[in-house]
Amino acid sequence: MWAVTLTVTAFMLAPMLLSILAGVVVNYSQGISSGFTTRWLLEVWTGYGNTVLMSLFIACACVVLALVLGVPCAYALARSRSAWARHFEELLTLPVAIPGLASALALLLAYGSVTYFRQSFAFILVGHVIFTLPFMVRMVGSAFRRQELVALEEAARSLGASFCQRFVGILVPAVLPAIVAACLMVFTLSVGEFNLTWMLHTPLTRTLPVGLADSYASMRLEIGSAYTIIFLIVILPVMWALQAIGHVIEKHYGK
Amino acid sequence: MTRHSISGSVSPRFLLIACSAPAVAFFAAFWLLPAVMLIALPAKEGWKTYFATFTDVLYLQSLLQTVGLSLLVTAATLVIGAIMGIAMARSRFTGRGLLLSLLTLPLSFPGVIIGFFIILVGGRQGVVADMSAALGMERITFAYGFWGLFLGYLYFSLPRAIASYTAAAEAMDAHLEEAARSLGARGWAVARDVWWPQLMPTTMACSAIVFATAIGAFGTAFTLSSKFEVLPISIYNEFTNYANFALAASLSISLGLITWLVLWLARRFAGPNASGV
Repeated sequence: MWAVTLTVTAFMLAPMLLSILAGVVVNYSQGISSGFTTRWLLEVWTGYGNTVLMSLFIACACVVLALVLGVPCAYALARSRSAWARHFEELLTLPVAIPGLASALALLLAYGSVTYFRQSFAFILVGHVIFTLPFMVRMVGSAFRRQELVALEEAARSLGASFCQRFVGILVPAVLPAIVAACLMVFTLSVGEFNLTWMLHTPLTRTLPVGLADSYASMRLEIGSAYTIIFLIVILPVMWALQAIGHVIEKHYGK
Repeated sequence: MTRHSISGSVSPRFLLIACSAPAVAFFAAFWLLPAVMLIALPAKEGWKTYFATFTDVLYLQSLLQTVGLSLLVTAATLVIGAIMGIAMARSRFTGRGLLLSLLTLPLSFPGVIIGFFIILVGGRQGVVADMSAALGMERITFAYGFWGLFLGYLYFSLPRAIASYTAAAEAMDAHLEEAARSLGARGWAVARDVWWPQLMPTTMACSAIVFATAIGAFGTAFTLSSKFEVLPISIYNEFTNYANFALAASLSISLGLITWLVLWLARRFAGPNASGV
């Protein structure tokens, strides 16, 4: 059993370490003996720096949209008893189940001829929101469904609180850990999204993963590795924050 | 599920509709409508186009290769994931938390990075090539064929299995195993009679997600420009190289149906948390 664990750990971690190393050595073929340099990282930033900013921008916009659309929707689905709510919740998760390629083709078919929309970052943003909305709705929705919250809300309503007062004063604070976790999840998914984005992007609206694919195909190994390092720098803090919040939620509310 | 007696009176119906309206409108405009248009597209080239995946030898081969690869990856992932999960659940050492978070980190990687990793390890300038050359053999490059793709798919599937199985193994009942061992069961008997039934729900859920992710994966195969063609690459080629939108749509529908079916079956048999969202 331990042999398996060690082999698997080596299998999973070695490529990451290798690629980090490859991004900071002078010459990959010669390995460490050729010395270390930040040259590749700087070259990546000059050539592809705008993709990092585009990805971060789209990810933040995606989080905002997912929040605005998703949190009220999660509330409605959590409180609704109708069959339509169940059906819609099912439908909402389809973009996650269906390969991203198919959703992208559908979007291109429907809106590809609307030139202004097609060539703007909004086209990619829409794809990302469609893909991440189910996660926001599910994660926040399950927090809204907790029995203590339902009872609390009913108590507030019976004492005369309006919907706005209930929403801002009770509901949002109660589900805040779930909202934060969902935001981090949406952010991570958006930054790492490739299948949809590759079909929807234009040369002027390239995101980080799209740039990565380009550099792997056309640039030397060291540049691809340095670019991967930059991706890791962007994603690691968010992943760790996500796991930390996960532990907080687990401690306070159980699984 | 919400309890009818409490939640029914909390918010009036129009309020719930108002809350969900923006999301519904957005989803209808940017997914439902496009999806309907996509499903209707192959009809323009004739009804037969819907079955192109099965009638055309090239696409059928691509589909079978995709399904075959995904099945193999799923099987390997489940076995390795279960062993890892049980090992991790029963161990306590400093850095365990860090190791677990590092092992699940690849969940956030786009497929292209994993393709790149495979090239780093198994490509023409790869580590394996260097090692085999140093040993006097010819340079071994496996990255661009079936095994490169298989290892890449394994790489992004294992984190999910490890995470699921570690959680499930922690929840396993220690008393059952203790009872079995005190009655003389050893090794394989314990695995077969005590672990396997308890890990069944996780296995079903995990296998469905891993399989569905594998057959829909695009980035890894794309970076490797693999000789072993999978269906998402076929779809991409039809659309990009041959501008054959209707055919690409038909293949996408087939792929989407299979994926949805697999996940739906898992939800039916394993419970509502099986689809992983």
